[in-house]
Amino acid sequence: MRVGKDLVAAAATPLVLGILAEGESYGYAILKRVGELSGGELTWTEGMLYPLLHRLERLGYVEAGWRTSAEGRRRKHYRLTMEGRAALAEHGEQWRVVSEALRQIWAETDVHPRHLAAGGALG
Amino acid sequence: MTGRHSPSGTESGVEARIASWRGFVGRRAAISTADVDELEAHLRDQMGELESVGLSEDEAFLIAVGRLGEVDALSREYAQEHSDRLWKQLVAGPTDSDPEGRRGLGVALGLGVAAAVAVKVPALFGIGLEENPEVFVKNLPLLVLPFLAGFFVWRAGVGPGMRARLLAIVGVAVAVSALVLNLYPFGAQSDTAVLAMESATEILAALHLPVALWLVLGVAHAGGDWRSERARMDYIRFTGEWFIYYVLIGLGGGVLLGLTAGVFSTIGVDTETALFSWILPCGAAGAVLVAAWLVGAKQGVIENMAPVLTRVFTPLFAVMLLAFGATAVWQGDARTVDRELLIVFDLVLIVVLALVLYSVSARDPLAPPGGFERLQVVLLGSAIIVDGYVLVAMLSRIGAFGFSPNKVASLGLNILVLVNLVGSLVILIGFLRGRRPYAHLERWHTGYLPVYLAWAAFVGVAFGPIFAWA
Repeated sequence: MRVGKDLVAAAATPLVLGILAEGESYGYAILKRVGELSGGELTWTEGMLYPLLHRLERLGYVEAGWRTSAEGRRRKHYRLTMEGRAALAEHGEQWRVVSEALRQIWAETDVHPRHLAAGGALG
Repeated sequence: MTGRHSPSGTESGVEARIASWRGFVGRRAAISTADVDELEAHLRDQMGELESVGLSEDEAFLIAVGRLGEVDALSREYAQEHSDRLWKQLVAGPTDSDPEGRRGLGVALGLGVAAAVAVKVPALFGIGLEENPEVFVKNLPLLVLPFLAGFFVWRAGVGPGMRARLLAIVGVAVAVSALVLNLYPFGAQSDTAVLAMESATEILAALHLPVALWLVLGVAHAGGDWRSERARMDYIRFTGEWFIYYVLIGLGGGVLLGLTAGVFSTIGVDTETALFSWILPCGAAGAVLVAAWLVGAKQGVIENMAPVLTRVFTPLFAVMLLAFGATAVWQGDARTVDRELLIVFDLVLIVVLALVLYSVSARDPLAPPGGFERLQVVLLGSAIIVDGYVLVAMLSRIGAFGFSPNKVASLGLNILVLVNLVGSLVILIGFLRGRRPYAHLERWHTGYLPVYLAWAAFVGVAFGPIFAWA
């Protein structure tokens, strides 16, 4: 399965903010975390992640700083700010509304994608 | 973690490849140096992980770079977030923060102020824009160009011997021009006439000597290496860009002057004298130097404008010339053409020449022939044919009415430019047929420059005596 481009883009900001809410992190680790969280279904490119991090930094949702790791590697670390937390809460609320609506319509009409996919496979 | 992929390891093949990858990515305008650092850290993390599952350093590098994807795509995505980086900032740009650039601005401003003072010196002797405009205007280039030459010599960074020689060359040229313009007895004949007529040879000298001087300044611009084709082409490029910057500064200056007059008039202060006898001439003189500095400061930062304009206007001028040719043929009689036509056509040919020249200046000589070269052939061909028609008409007029300095000057210029254009056309057709390299066109133009210098100097210096100061 491949998640559509638009959905990946829409989910990117809350996902990054959510990962940073777990603690400060850097680009490579964020990408790894996205892969883990989605069971490998979401694959982000670096060209998507880094400009997004820079935009979040410009908006003031994250702060960035260079740190040197134990093995001497310099990395740019990102940390959630208070504004970022507020934005994350806002995003969470929006996603809750969307997913609740989807859940309801799928439950009521019995057209859950799983059934459709199964039907398609049988037919 | 093992030591083999720590940055402190020896400068292995992989380190060199990472460095070259950094260089490649870092050339993209949208990706800053800090971004490259960040991406490099990412690359190394990725490589570290791949190596920990048993890949070699080289394999890990290849795969990690592959995962980063095409640099074009990466750069596009960075550009969406950092679109400001695509607009190179000249004044606040990083290239400007180096001491050399700052010093260049300082020198240019200093010389600009000196030039501005110089144009006010004649006013001490009663020769100003208000009191004696003709004498003032014809001497204006002589007052300003030495400072520009000084700037060229400073920037060329040549040794003291060459510096003295260059300044001497320019100094002699300026001195000769000054003597010609001010000591020649122009219009001497007119004391026999009832009215003191304007002397045509004087106007011609005032128009041609600055052009000759500008070309002489090319020697200073080249740091004395004026025989070099590259140096001549650089001076042609400089001239085009300088002209554009000067016009732009002039437009800004016009707005400034207009608003100044308007603002002060609302409080009942008349600023006309201050504006026209001080700010206008001093500003125009100083802007020569500032424009020259701008050309040098931004040449590597922003794409040259003159070649862009030639791309836009080459097809339009080709259409205009074809339309003019068709209309003239349709109208018939060539002898009815206006006397002014030759002068207008000199201007047309100069514009066509500039269009060809500035596309030559920006073209990669090794690129294969394309549609634009065919368009240039159309432009050149139509210009040459239409000009031939005009020349025939003018020669018959001269046959009927005789020579005047103006006619000879415009005819001579017309023929010189025509020869230049015919040569370009021949070379360009040879290039399109694959018989000549493009570099010949460049050599033809740079080699032709001394012809213009000789003609401008000849008209400026010799026309007065030849035509008895008419």
